Amino acid sequence: MEVKQISVFLENKKGRLWEALDVMAKAQINIRALSIADTSEFGILRLIVPNPEKAKKALAKSNFTVRENDVIAVGVPDKPGGLAGILKILTDADINVEYVYAFVEKSGKKAVVVLRTDSISKGKTALKKAGVPVLSAEEVYSL
Amino acid sequence: MIWNREAECMQIGEREKLQLERLKATLKRAYENVSYYRKRFDEIKVKPADIKSFKDIVKLPFTTKTDLREGYPFGLFAVPRQEIVEVHTSSGTTGKPTVSGYTKKDIEIWGEVMARALTMVGTTKDDIIQNGYGYGLFTGGLGVHYGAQRIGATVIPISAGQTKRQLEIMYDFGSTVLTCTPSYALYLTEAAEEVGIDVKKLKLKAGCFGAEMWTDRMREEIEKRFHLIALNIYGLTEIIGPGVAQECEEKNGLHIFEDHFYPEVVSPDTLEPLPDGEKGELVITTLTREGTPMIRFRTRDVTALRREPCKCGRTLVRMDRITGRTDDRLKIRGVLIFPSQIEKALLEIKGVEPHYQIIVTRPQHLDELEVQVETSKKLFSDEVRHLEETRKKIEKHIENAIGLRVKVTLVEPKTLPRSEGKAKRVIDKRQL
Repeated sequence: MEVKQISVFLENKKGRLWEALDVMAKAQINIRALSIADTSEFGILRLIVPNPEKAKKALAKSNFTVRENDVIAVGVPDKPGGLAGILKILTDADINVEYVYAFVEKSGKKAVVVLRTDSISKGKTALKKAGVPVLSAEEVYSL
Repeated sequence: MIWNREAECMQIGEREKLQLERLKATLKRAYENVSYYRKRFDEIKVKPADIKSFKDIVKLPFTTKTDLREGYPFGLFAVPRQEIVEVHTSSGTTGKPTVSGYTKKDIEIWGEVMARALTMVGTTKDDIIQNGYGYGLFTGGLGVHYGAQRIGATVIPISAGQTKRQLEIMYDFGSTVLTCTPSYALYLTEAAEEVGIDVKKLKLKAGCFGAEMWTDRMREEIEKRFHLIALNIYGLTEIIGPGVAQECEEKNGLHIFEDHFYPEVVSPDTLEPLPDGEKGELVITTLTREGTPMIRFRTRDVTALRREPCKCGRTLVRMDRITGRTDDRLKIRGVLIFPSQIEKALLEIKGVEPHYQIIVTRPQHLDELEVQVETSKKLFSDEVRHLEETRKKIEKHIENAIGLRVKVTLVEPKTLPRSEGKAKRVIDKRQL
């Protein structure tokens, strides 16, 4: 199963991010990873959660515009040059990265990097071929 | 279906004779019984007898809302107050409201024209009409009510608002005809999902929507979501209320009930009559009103008249759907535009919801036009780049349509105000 990411449209208004996260809290959803893309007028909140369906429903019910899409999650050694190595693989394979964000696993041995490439399947294939551990949805959700 | 075949399919020459006869009688009554009209006629030295044909109508003075306010409240009545059995008023948003007085016969005529309108959308005595127009001083509620009673249909006088209850009653009672403003109809389709009512299980077959401007895109949206035929009704308090004109299933303009209301279209700038097919301001003279006859009333609504025969068999003249108001025109950086032009352009883009707001500001001596659009699921993307592209695409599309630079802002869904009556689409913040 692909790793699902939930994205939420946020108007650039005071308290809006809190409101979205409050919906998550009230629905008892633990957030595994999060990133925000922002412009002067709006932002896009991106979330990785263990139960994307439940999160989507809760947010939609509170009138947020929500979207779900596939992303790639890889485990990267938590040391200098870890992420650069991954991006080099994708660059060499001529794959464009739309966005990327990372978080460090609890044990601290590994960093988890979330990647959105223009083609998810091509990105995955290239990384696997280079021997990078691509994480399954279950692995990511249970981190 | 045609309610009054004799009147609605009358041979044109015959109708013209009837209209002229009624016009002459109206002018005489107005001149003799209403001091306001007598004064205006005398000022320009016109006597009712000078009007011998419809060509002479241009000799008559126009009547505006401001004129009517002068006679507030009962000064325009052409009969003793005791003969007035009902009054209605305009909303009064631009000042003192205008008062329309109805005699017993006026109410009968209102029921007649509304019966024609409701029949035109497909209503019979077997139908259940959910009347979502407001009851009260506003004419919408009672107008539909009188027409429904005349036909013998079952009317649910639910009025506007109480959305959840509206939907529950619609479902439980099996309403077949819906009457309300088009923006409220759209709102109902949205709310159905939230209330948990399956629109496919509703029995609605037709909608009679009016009291505000709307577009074909809005029509398609309502028809698609509610599985009904949505037709346009037109009217105004000063003339009678709803039932001045109604669109038939040909969806090819609204038939004006011209045996009761005589229409003209004039240039809003020169006030000269315009030929058929040309857009201008609609002017109406009532031909049978007893309580408050109106002579050349300037409606401020922009439309054009069409006389080509209609497939439905009615010989009544048709008017285009209202595309603007002559007092609603926005002058942006010197260019005149109608909010409906923006709406039309906006709704041509796939995925755009029919909820928007136009905001005009003048930050530094220069007008800025902002259009706020709700971000639907279809428009949204997890990538900033895509959202920016969508925004720019909408801007370009509106710019091409109106020839003015606009700024489009994407806002969250359901944040723009929904209305139960007339939707407020334009906010002009300029201090002019």
